[in-house]
Amino acid sequence: MENLIALLIAAPLLGAAVLLVGGRRLDAVGHWIGTLLSTVSFVFGLILFVDLLGKGAEHRTLIKHLYSWVPVAGFQADVTFRLDQLSMTFVLLITGVGSLIHLYSVGYMEHDERRRRFFGYLNLFLAAMLLLVLADNYLLLYVGWEGVGLASYLLIGFWQHKPSAATAAKKAFLVNRVGDMGLSIAIMLMFTTFGSFAFGPVLNHAGDASEGKLTAIGLMLLLAACGKSAQVPLQSWLGDAMEGPTPVSALIHAATMVTAGVYLIVRSGAVFNAAPDAQLAVTVVGAVTLLFGAIVGCAKDDIKKALAGSTMSQIGYMILAAGLGPIGYVFAIMHLVTHGFFKAGLFLGAGSVMHGMNDEVDMRKYGGLRTYMPVTFITFGLGYLAIIGFPGLSGFFSKDKIIEAAFAKGGTEGWILGGAALLGAAITAFYMTRVMLMTFFGEKRWQPDENGHEPHPHESPRVMTIPMILLAVGSVCAGGLFSIGDRFLHWLEPITGHSEGNSPLSAAAVTGATMVCLVIGVGIAWAQYGRGPVPVVAPRGSLLTRAARRDLLQDDFNHVVLVRGGEHLTRSLVYVDHTLVDGVVNGTAAGFGGLSGRLRRIQNGFARSYAVSMFGGAALLVAATLLMRAV
Amino acid sequence: MSFPLLTATAALPAIGAVATAAVPAAQRTAAKWLALLVSLATLALAITVLVRFDPDGARYQLTESHAWIKDFGVRYDLGVDGIAVALLALTALLIPFIVLAGWHDADPLETGSKRWRPTQGFFALILAVEAMVIISFEATDVFVFYIFFEVMLIPMYFLIGGFGDRAHEHGEKAASTQRSYAAVKFLLYNLVGGLIMLAAVIGLYVVAGNFSLPEIVQARANGSLHMATSTERWLFLGFFFAFAVKAPLWPLHTWLPNAMQEATAPVAVLITAVVDKVGTFAMLRFCLQLFPEASKWATPAILVLSLISIVYGALLAVGQRDIKRLVAYASISHFGFIIMGIFAMTSQGQSGATLYMVNHGISTAALMLVAGFLISRRGSRLIADYGGVQKVAPLLAGTFLIGGLATLSLPGLAPFVSEFLVLVGTFARYPAIGVIATFGIVLAALYTLVLYQRTMTGPVKPEVSAMPDLRARELVVVAPLIVLLIFLGVYPKPVTDIVNPAVKQTMTDVHKTDPKPSVEAAK
Amino acid sequence: MNPVNYLYLSALLFTIGATGVLIRRNAIVVFMCIELMLNACNLAFVVFSRMHGNLDGQIIAFFTMVVAAAEVVVGLAIIVSLFRTRHSASVDDASLMKL
Repeated sequence: MENLIALLIAAPLLGAAVLLVGGRRLDAVGHWIGTLLSTVSFVFGLILFVDLLGKGAEHRTLIKHLYSWVPVAGFQADVTFRLDQLSMTFVLLITGVGSLIHLYSVGYMEHDERRRRFFGYLNLFLAAMLLLVLADNYLLLYVGWEGVGLASYLLIGFWQHKPSAATAAKKAFLVNRVGDMGLSIAIMLMFTTFGSFAFGPVLNHAGDASEGKLTAIGLMLLLAACGKSAQVPLQSWLGDAMEGPTPVSALIHAATMVTAGVYLIVRSGAVFNAAPDAQLAVTVVGAVTLLFGAIVGCAKDDIKKALAGSTMSQIGYMILAAGLGPIGYVFAIMHLVTHGFFKAGLFLGAGSVMHGMNDEVDMRKYGGLRTYMPVTFITFGLGYLAIIGFPGLSGFFSKDKIIEAAFAKGGTEGWILGGAALLGAAITAFYMTRVMLMTFFGEKRWQPDENGHEPHPHESPRVMTIPMILLAVGSVCAGGLFSIGDRFLHWLEPITGHSEGNSPLSAAAVTGATMVCLVIGVGIAWAQYGRGPVPVVAPRGSLLTRAARRDLLQDDFNHVVLVRGGEHLTRSLVYVDHTLVDGVVNGTAAGFGGLSGRLRRIQNGFARSYAVSMFGGAALLVAATLLMRAV
Repeated sequence: MSFPLLTATAALPAIGAVATAAVPAAQRTAAKWLALLVSLATLALAITVLVRFDPDGARYQLTESHAWIKDFGVRYDLGVDGIAVALLALTALLIPFIVLAGWHDADPLETGSKRWRPTQGFFALILAVEAMVIISFEATDVFVFYIFFEVMLIPMYFLIGGFGDRAHEHGEKAASTQRSYAAVKFLLYNLVGGLIMLAAVIGLYVVAGNFSLPEIVQARANGSLHMATSTERWLFLGFFFAFAVKAPLWPLHTWLPNAMQEATAPVAVLITAVVDKVGTFAMLRFCLQLFPEASKWATPAILVLSLISIVYGALLAVGQRDIKRLVAYASISHFGFIIMGIFAMTSQGQSGATLYMVNHGISTAALMLVAGFLISRRGSRLIADYGGVQKVAPLLAGTFLIGGLATLSLPGLAPFVSEFLVLVGTFARYPAIGVIATFGIVLAALYTLVLYQRTMTGPVKPEVSAMPDLRARELVVVAPLIVLLIFLGVYPKPVTDIVNPAVKQTMTDVHKTDPKPSVEAAK
Repeated sequence: MNPVNYLYLSALLFTIGATGVLIRRNAIVVFMCIELMLNACNLAFVVFSRMHGNLDGQIIAFFTMVVAAAEVVVGLAIIVSLFRTRHSASVDDASLMKL
C-alpha cells in the first residue's frame, strides 16, 4: 500500500514529463492524457483513503522511504513520504478538485494552440503539490513548495505574449521567494536546533527546545506561509495572478496552492504550540488579512480580482484558526476543504461567464446573465450561498466554527479576533452579494468590444458545466458531511490534537451574531447594487474605495520603496563597480602607464645620449667605489 | 608499474591540442572533429578515473611520483582525492559541450572582414586549457600546481582576445579594442595574483624544504615542521590572494565581467565553469590543508568578503543590460557562495561548496551556452534588443528558462542542493551571515526572471520574428546538461558519496568539528 | 722608468677616446674613438701585468684584442649598411630605435 503513495505523485509527474517533452505530436491528445493521469492519481488517493479508513485511528500513518537524497555528515535529507489523516485530506482535495479542473480546462482551453503545454503545467503543479503535502521532512516539502511556485509562475504567465501576464508571473514568483527565504531559514534553524528537519524528530522534540528558538522557527514559517498563502504583508501578488487562465486561478490560486501556508502551520503545530508569541503573530496576520482581503474584494470591478480578494480573506480565516492552536487546527483544515470546493466552483463559474462574454472581466459590463447561463447561475449561486455561510451549506459550518474558536481564545485577544472574524463575515456577505447581483441580476450592460463584436452570452459546454455541478454539490454538502457527528474532528484529531477552549459566548450566540452580520452584509449590498441600476462606469467612490481598488496602496508602497529604491541601488552599484572598484585597478594601470611614458622620453634613440648616460653611470660607480674605500 | 592514468588524462588533451593545431588550414572541419573526439576520449579517461576511485580508500589515489627538479625538491607528484575527482570529471564533461557549442565560433568571417580567425587554433587552445586544468586538479606538488595554474593564463588570454562574438554594437574596431582590453585585464589580474603566489610558494619552500603537499601536511600535523604564526599567515595570504583573484572574490572580481562579455559564449563557460574552479578548488586543497591555523584566523574576513560577493554580485546582475555581463555577475554571486561554504568550516558547508562547484559548472554552462545561441541569432548582447522569443523559438526559451531556474537554485534542480548545504553549513556556525546570504536567493530570482521576462516574453519584436529554434547540434549540447541538472537535483548522492570522505579529511586537517544541535533529536 | 707614467698615458688616451665618443657625430670617428678606449685599457692591463709580475693582464689584453677585432668586423658592417640606407654616417640620423 505504501508504494501507492509514490505512484500518487508519479502519475501526474509522468504526465508533465510526457506532455512537455513529447512535443507537437501530442497536441491532439495531450489534454486527455493530462486529465487521465490526474484522475489516476485521484483513484490512487481514494484507494489509500479506503485503506486508511479500515485501520484504527492510531495506525493511520503510512511512511514510505524511497531513497537517501542528500546524505552529508550530520545532514540527512531523505525522500520519504508520510501519508496520515492530514495529508490524506489534502491528497483528496488536490487530486479531486484538480481532476475536475483538468476536465473543465479541456473545454475552457479548447481554442488555445498551446493547450497541451497547459495540461503539462497543470500536471506538474499536481505533482509538486502532492509532494508538498506528502513530504516527511521540511526540505522535501520545500521542493514541493517551490515546485508549486514554479507551476504557478508558468501558469500565471501562460499567455506570455501579454506583458501584464509576464509581469504578474514574475511578481508572484518573487514575492513567494521572500516567503521561501523564511522557509529556508526555518529549516536551518531546525537543523541547528534539532540536528534534523524531518517531521518526526522536530515535532516530537519541539518541547525540548528553548522558546526563543521555537518562536524564531515559528515566525520564519509564518513568513513562508504569508508568501505562499498571500497573507499581509506578502499578499500583493495574488490579485495580479488573476492574469492566468481562469482554471489556474481556480485550482492554484483558490483551492490548493494558496492554502499550502495553512498546511505548513497546522503541520508544524507542535512548534507553534510551544511558541505563544509566534502563534499570536499568526493570528494577527490572519485577522488583518481577512479584513484586508475582504475590503479589497468589495472595491474590485474585475470579477476575478474580487474573487481573489475573497480568497485572500478566506485564507485569512484559516490562518487565524491555525494560529489559535489546538482549538483551531481542525477547523482551519475543514474551512480549507470546504473553501476548496466553493471557491473553485466560483472561479469556474466566473470562467464560464467570461467564456460566454468574450473574456470580459468587468462586472459592470455584465448584468442579467441568469437567464442566459442557467447552469452557471445555479452553481455559482450555490457557491455564493456557501461562502457567505448560508445556514446548512458548507461555509456555514466551517466559518462558524472558526469564529467560535476565535472567541474561545479567551481574554481581550479572543474578543478582538472574534470581532474581526465577525466583521469579516459581514463584509464577505456584502462583496459576494455584490458580485452575484452585478453579474447575474439587474439589466444587461453589455457593450461591443473594440472590434465591434457584440457578446452573445451562452451556456458553456457540458465538459465545463459537469465539474461546476460537482463542485456545487461539494459546496452544499461538504460542511454538513464533515460537521454532523464531528466526523472531520475525529478524523484529524490524532494528528493535530484538539481542545475546546473556553468561549465567553455560547455556540448559539456566535451563530446568531454571524447570522446578523450576514443579513446586514447582504442587505447593504442589495441596497447598493440590487435596488437600482449599476453604473457602467465606476463612480469615483470614497477614499477607502479608491484605496481598495489599488489594493490598499500596497503596490504603490512596493513600487516606491522596493522597485524604485532597488533600481537606484543597483544603478548606483553599477556605477560604483565601474568607477570605484574598477577605477582603482584602471587607475593603477594608468599610473604605471604615465610613469613609463615619462621614462620613455629618456629613450630618445640618439646613440650619443645613451653614451652619456653610460659614462655618467660608470663615473657614478667609480665614484661610489672610491667613496666606499675612503670610508 | 601500473598505467599512469592521471598523466594520461592530462596528456591526451595536450597531445590533442598539438594535433589539432597541426591540421592543415584547409581542413578546418577535420580539426573540429578531431578536437571533439579528443575531448570525448578524455571524458572516457576521466570516467575511468571516477570508476577506479574508491571513496573510502586512501586519501590520494592513483598516485604517480617521479623526481623532476632534484635540486629544489620538485617532484612530479599526481594524486586525486574525492574533491579533485569530482572536478576532474566536471571539466572532462564540459569540454565536449564547449567544443560542440563553439563549432562555428571560429569559422572565418564573411568576405570583406580582415579579421583572422584560425579555427584550428581555437579548438587547440580549448584542449590546451583542458589539459592544464586537469593537471592542476591532479597535482599534489605545490610547484607543479603553480606552474600549470599560471601557464593556463596563456591559452586563455588568446581565447579571450582572439575570438569574440561576430557582431558588436559598436562595430568591428571597437569590438577588437574591447576584446584586447578584456584579455589584458584578465591576464594582468591573474598574473599579479600568480606573482604573489610565487613569492608564497618560494617562502613555503624556504620554510618546509620541499613542495610535496602530503608531506608538508603530515609534517605539520605531527609537529616536525613548525611554522611561526606570522609566517603561516603571510604564506596563507599569498596563496589565498591568487585563488581569490581566480575565483573571483569581491573586490578582485572586475576582470570576470569584461572577460565573459567579450569572449564567445563557450569560452565564457570555459572561464567561469572550468578555469575559475581551479581557484576555489585550490582554496580547499592548499589554503586549508597547508595553513589550517591561518585559515581559521582569516575566516571572519573571508566570510564577510564572500557575503559581499553574494549580495553585491546579485545586485549588479540586476542592473546589467548585457546578457553575458549579467551571467558573469551572477557567477560572482555564486562564487561567493562557494567560498563561503569552504570557509564556514563545517562538513555541510564544504561538501556543499564542492557540490556547488560541480553544479555551478553545469548550470552556468546550460544558461550561458543557450544565451550564446540566442546572441548568435540576433547578433546583439543587449537584453533590450530581444522580446517575445518564446513565441518564435519555444525550445530555446524553454531551455533558457531551465538554465535560469537552475541559476536561481530552484529545488529539484542540482544547484539547490549545494546552495542549501552551503547556507545550512554557514548558518550552523555563523547564523547572521547565513541569514544575510539567504537574501541572495531572492535577488537570484529577481535577475533571472527579469532577464527571462525581457528577452523571452511579451510581444514579438520584429527583429526576432524570424529567429530559428534550436538546431540539432545545439540541442545535443543543451539536452544532456539539462538532464544532468535534473538528475543531480533529484539524486545527488553519487557526487556527495565521492566528496564526503575528502571533506571529512579536510575538516580533520583544520581541527574543526561540526557544531552540535542544541536538542539531540535525530537519534 | 716608472711604470705609473704608462698608466697616466692610458688614462689620457681613454679620456680622449671617451670624449670623442661623446662629441663626434661621424660613426667612423666614434668607432675609432671606441678602439682608442679599448687600446687604452689594453695598455693599462699590460702595465699592471708588469707591475704585479704575473701574466694575467697580458692574457686579458689578448682577449680584448680578439673581441675588438670581432667588434670591428660587426661594427664596420653596421656602419656600411647604415651608410647605404641613409647616405650618412652620422649616428644622430640612426634614431629609429626609440619607442
